[in-house]
Amino acid sequence: MKTDSPEDLARQGVVLTTVEGLYNWGRKNSLWPLQFGLACCAIEMIAASMARFDIARFGAEVFRPSPRQADLMIVSGTVTKKMAPQVVRLYNQMPEPKYVIAMGACAISGGPFRDGYNVLKGIDLYIPVDIYIPGCPPRPEALLDGLIALQKKITAQHLTGPGRPRHLDSRAAGEFPVPEFGAHDLVGPTLPKAEVS
Amino acid sequence: MNTEAYLFLALFAAAALGFALSPLALAWLWAKMFSPRKSGAVKNAIYECGLAAEPTGWVQFKSEYYLYGIIFLIFDVESIFLLPFAVACKHLPFAACLAMLIFVLLLVEGLAWAWAKGVLAWK
Repeated sequence: MKTDSPEDLARQGVVLTTVEGLYNWGRKNSLWPLQFGLACCAIEMIAASMARFDIARFGAEVFRPSPRQADLMIVSGTVTKKMAPQVVRLYNQMPEPKYVIAMGACAISGGPFRDGYNVLKGIDLYIPVDIYIPGCPPRPEALLDGLIALQKKITAQHLTGPGRPRHLDSRAAGEFPVPEFGAHDLVGPTLPKAEVS
Repeated sequence: MNTEAYLFLALFAAAALGFALSPLALAWLWAKMFSPRKSGAVKNAIYECGLAAEPTGWVQFKSEYYLYGIIFLIFDVESIFLLPFAVACKHLPFAACLAMLIFVLLLVEGLAWAWAKGVLAWK
């Protein structure tokens, strides 16, 4: 008797899955973003949630007004140094598992305002970013593409083992240090800049 | 005594309890097996608009609103009752008149009290 692969069985109408597969499938299709916008990228994010681009097709239309109910933080726009502690604190108050999309050039690196004295040179200095979406601002399609990339990343995550995601690892940090206002700049430890792969 | 009907009820109650508790138990087991708790001072803070929580949530609320409540009763609610009372007062039985007078006198007491407290003075 030959063994059928799950794909063969699915063609016959028999659905098999693993706990891990079911868990990741549920998570990737119900990514609830935190409802907040920082600059013009937020307008594109709003457009993505409306009927024309319809982010609801990917299960991410439930923008939550409270970080306690959100899975995904879309940093949409310029993060000023005045706003950075609030963004980091909101991220810390989200329950695990949580993901971050840096939307647009400003959220990634400061963008065209990088030389400004008051602009943060990328939100990934303080919180771990999963998906970077370049653009100034990125179109709604680009945001949807980033969302799909995040869904692929979630699908590939394992429940156990050394490569498991941060929220399943008891040794990994749950909170990231919130920067504070110093005399001239933000004070506080920063994360190492991510390697571009 | 027909115990079978009650047995059915007990079974139903047990099934309902299991239906409600099993998702909670599953969630608890899942957290125990895979997902460690990650709580901290910032995460457990009381305020969730991104700003730092004020030192404490224990603040004293002033209860002076009761003055507005009393004055609203005297000048707004009472006037609604006074007009129909004045119109119908000749034909009312004695008991109804007495009840209405008690109501009005209670409010007059409140007015006198507010007056004595100096609340009515325009500053």
